[in-house]
Amino acid sequence: MRTPPGSLSRYTTAARLNHWVTAACLILLALSGMSLFHPALFFLTALFGGGAYTRAVHPWIGCVLMASFALLFVRFWHHNLWLREDNTWLRKIRAVLANDEESAPEVGRYNAGQKLVFWSMSLLILVLFATGLVIWDQYFFGYTSIEQKRVAVLVHSLAAITAIMVWIAHVYAAIWVRGTVGAMTRGSVTGGWAWRHHRKWLREEAASKARHAGE
Amino acid sequence: MADLQSLDIRRRSASTETPPQIRQTEEVAKLIDVSRCIGCKACQSACMEWNDLRPEMGYFEGSYDNPLDLEPAAWTVMRFTEWDNPATGNLEWLIRKDGCMHCADPGCLKACPSPGAIVQYGNGIVDFISENCIGCGYCVKGCPFNIPRVSAADHKAYKCSLCSDRVAVGQAPACAKACPTGAIMFGSKSDMTTWAGERVEELRTRGFEHAGLYDPPGVGGTHVMYVLQHADQPSIYAGLPDNPKISLLVDAWKGILKPFALAGIAMAAIGGFVHWVVAGPNEVTDEDEVKGRSVLAHGGETEVSDERSRAP
Repeated sequence: MRTPPGSLSRYTTAARLNHWVTAACLILLALSGMSLFHPALFFLTALFGGGAYTRAVHPWIGCVLMASFALLFVRFWHHNLWLREDNTWLRKIRAVLANDEESAPEVGRYNAGQKLVFWSMSLLILVLFATGLVIWDQYFFGYTSIEQKRVAVLVHSLAAITAIMVWIAHVYAAIWVRGTVGAMTRGSVTGGWAWRHHRKWLREEAASKARHAGE
Repeated sequence: MADLQSLDIRRRSASTETPPQIRQTEEVAKLIDVSRCIGCKACQSACMEWNDLRPEMGYFEGSYDNPLDLEPAAWTVMRFTEWDNPATGNLEWLIRKDGCMHCADPGCLKACPSPGAIVQYGNGIVDFISENCIGCGYCVKGCPFNIPRVSAADHKAYKCSLCSDRVAVGQAPACAKACPTGAIMFGSKSDMTTWAGERVEELRTRGFEHAGLYDPPGVGGTHVMYVLQHADQPSIYAGLPDNPKISLLVDAWKGILKPFALAGIAMAAIGGFVHWVVAGPNEVTDEDEVKGRSVLAHGGETEVSDERSRAP
């Protein structure tokens, strides 16, 4: 998709597809996982064709998620390295939450909150995948002891709950900060959005554009 | 095997409904007197016959155990132990009929996520209702005795049903019926406990001073009980747990974590909503757009003054 004039490209088409495959997997995993976690949510298994189908399909979706998120990680990790100013930004979190970003330091491609989402998801998905293999009895029953499976299933559910909470924060932030969803659907943001939320990134992008124009 | 109309259900996995409480069902128990077992495996054969089970043919592995372990189609297995009694210097044959213990507080039922896949009848029998089983293997993790086995053929869990279908119509389990030495007794739990007491006394007079009844309180007692010659050390009987109880990990997973998880997730969502109501959306202003355009136009180098940015 072409970037409209006055806008900046934020995500390539491949990155957006990658993101949405990951998102779809995560939602399906949350629904199927929650259905087997709490009896009150067992009815959600109907979405997957019943309990046995839910049990069978959940780990396979997990594999797709792991692969898809690994790609996403390769794409984005270097944008998410923690910088000194991220600490300063976090200290100003009250102001940011009150929609006053002027008193916080200028933000590069990602702010500290986004970086926290990135790193916690990276860690949680890795933990979920590893513990998921331990409790994937259909193929891996013989490789671990029952006691190890008990630890794995408890850690798996704790990690899943944390991941769902991080996911809620992620989705809410995208809704709250207007103009953000477009970055992931159309791939571009307006100059004003970049100025308001990611000013350092805007300057870098503008500078690199100017360099390319000068060449 | 479907729910048996003639048996009231006391507990049902992953369900909240109130069980029927008007009828007073007598609690049953199977008493396995290890001191009288000769290891003939008639109980295994009777179990296979009554329940139509045919475990896969195995191989001789240097032990009388056959099959070597419980299987989806082997709900009971004689476990043979040759034990050197350090006190007497005697070699003792400890033959324990392994299988579901039908706990009063069943770990399998606690762990099961599928409504009605595991039930506990009013008489104490814990039964797997296969049509509701989804094959997740949580019962395997919940069980303190390592009993349930998930079949690779149909992905359903299986274990001894204590012949709930026979018991429902007033018959003893097939194994008890077949035992030639009377080592397997079946009746009401109170009768079996009394009978076990007499046997224990008798064994004590014959020199087994630690003889006793295995009815572990950690799982609320069981509806399959053992008379053991050495009840002070159950683990010598092919690893019978000394003090079985539902793992704390399973307790946490199936207990405190469930309400906390739902509350945590709900709080995250409510937190977002409240923030929206209090702070509202973070919207890009026209001024932002003008500044943004200007930075883009000037290659990010110069930040234009406010006067200029407001100019058309």
